[in-house]
Amino acid sequence: MANNSFQGTKINPTRFNKSQLPFYAFLVPFSMLMLLPIIFIVNHAFKPQSELFAYPPKFFVTRPTFDNFTELSRIVSSSGVPFSRYLVNSILITLIGVTLAIFITAFSAYALSKLKFRGKKFLFELNTLALMFVPIAVQIPRYLIIAKSGLIDSYAAHILPVIVMPVAMFLIKQFIDQTPNELIESAKIDGASEMQIFMKIVLPIISPAIATVGILAFQAIWNDTTTSVLYINDESKRTLAFYMMSLTSAQGNSVAGQGIAAAAGLMMFIPNLVLFIILQSKVMNTMAHSGIK
Amino acid sequence: MISKMNRPAWFIVPYWTLFFVFVVVPVLAAIFLSFTYFNAIQAPTFIGITNYIELITMDTVFMQFVLSNTLKFALIVGPVGYILSFLLAWMLAQIPAKPRTIFAIILYSPSLTFGVALASMWRIIFSDDSQGYLNSLLLNWGVILEPIQFLQSPQYLMTIMIVVSLWSSMGVGFLAMLAGVLNIDQTLYEAAYMDGIRNRAQEIFYITVPSMKPQMLFGAVMAVVTTFQAGGIGVALSGTNPTPQYAGQLIVNHIEDFGFIRYMMGYAAAISVILLLLVYFISKITWRLLGERE
Repeated sequence: MANNSFQGTKINPTRFNKSQLPFYAFLVPFSMLMLLPIIFIVNHAFKPQSELFAYPPKFFVTRPTFDNFTELSRIVSSSGVPFSRYLVNSILITLIGVTLAIFITAFSAYALSKLKFRGKKFLFELNTLALMFVPIAVQIPRYLIIAKSGLIDSYAAHILPVIVMPVAMFLIKQFIDQTPNELIESAKIDGASEMQIFMKIVLPIISPAIATVGILAFQAIWNDTTTSVLYINDESKRTLAFYMMSLTSAQGNSVAGQGIAAAAGLMMFIPNLVLFIILQSKVMNTMAHSGIK
Repeated sequence: MISKMNRPAWFIVPYWTLFFVFVVVPVLAAIFLSFTYFNAIQAPTFIGITNYIELITMDTVFMQFVLSNTLKFALIVGPVGYILSFLLAWMLAQIPAKPRTIFAIILYSPSLTFGVALASMWRIIFSDDSQGYLNSLLLNWGVILEPIQFLQSPQYLMTIMIVVSLWSSMGVGFLAMLAGVLNIDQTLYEAAYMDGIRNRAQEIFYITVPSMKPQMLFGAVMAVVTTFQAGGIGVALSGTNPTPQYAGQLIVNHIEDFGFIRYMMGYAAAISVILLLLVYFISKITWRLLGERE
């Protein structure tokens, strides 16, 4: 094997070799440190009252209970708007938002990558410029636009502003650039329209990029609190993320409330993590084409 | 119907309409409003560059705290987070796929906690009294004699903001760089060793970084943007806007303070324009540092 004589870096090795030990020696303690806050919140969420008040405070839970979660649901149901309402709002908004985000970005990416029209280069440049766009900077004009178009208190106000994701468009476009033109050309000869080609040929090929955009959109929408704060006055149309935020900032200051705050934080965090773990190999596949050239 | 959809417009219009309404128009509106006095009730009145002059000459909070805080925060979190992302991605590429995936998930997961969802957790850890986890630990070890008000004291707030932001900075840019390192052609390294490269440091500078330059650039832009986007953290940690003695006040909080608390929207718009320009120029400088685009 050539590997025996080659002493340098082996990228993406197939199995363990003792030359990798220094990396493990750094990565293991470092990732433990990174994981600490998350382990902490998991433990905190399952602590009974007695352990929350314990002095000196303990890191690990010794007798885990679901008390904090039941207490959380009790507080929610006494607040007038049922918990299920926030949950349904969030699920509905996330579902519609993610679907729309995937389609509009993939449509645009396909056009910018494979179709011929004037101004295509300009649009891509504009999108690359928009990678540097910081939405938080233009909250005020955005608020005025939403207000003027009568979208205040509508579900559209939760969805439309957040599904414009220049990063997502950029990633899909770079990914579509890799698909061979021959496939598209031969479908065209068979008489398929551009939309048919996109739906039947391109969409299946770019599924890793679609999964990645799905994750990014999910994170952006599921965790979003600004739309609920700025554009929604009707409590029954706000989202779970907003409710959890207001709950934890009200409860987080008392020791008894800490467990509830931890339980709420955990409930918001878990869906993000699970989705990423399921789709991580597709994400990595997409990221290989993420470069700015 | 689908069999008739051939025109590029079908593909372009949905995304770019929204792009126009929620990106282009807001930026133009912010520029317009920045030259007006606007209190959200009466129509905006044109006042020229008064807002900018006031911002530079009269807004002592901005010049004294906000600008320096923002630059300090950005100049530490941006580069350190970026370099850390690269080094971790590089190390992960040298170990087999299974453990790599586990480490990558662990390192990436803090970035999923962005926003305020987990701010409560940090409030518990850094809590003021002896019940706070860090305080109790330090008290036990005898490092301190009485609890420190971490989140309310100007000395500590900024440091804590930086630590928390660095903790969650292994995001999309990190994943891009990891994929970038993994995609480098193995034979490049072997050839380089024949040409006389001797150690890993040379490898990184001569092979790894140049070969994954596109991902390095993408990661850099992501680092700059997420750093400036992370402005909410100080307010989330201390629970007040303005933050105690403006210690954790970043430009983003200053915009909220004037726009949504004092309703001086013209003035807030001027600060927004400054922020957009700042992000733009810092990204440009970063690109220069990493090498020209073409």
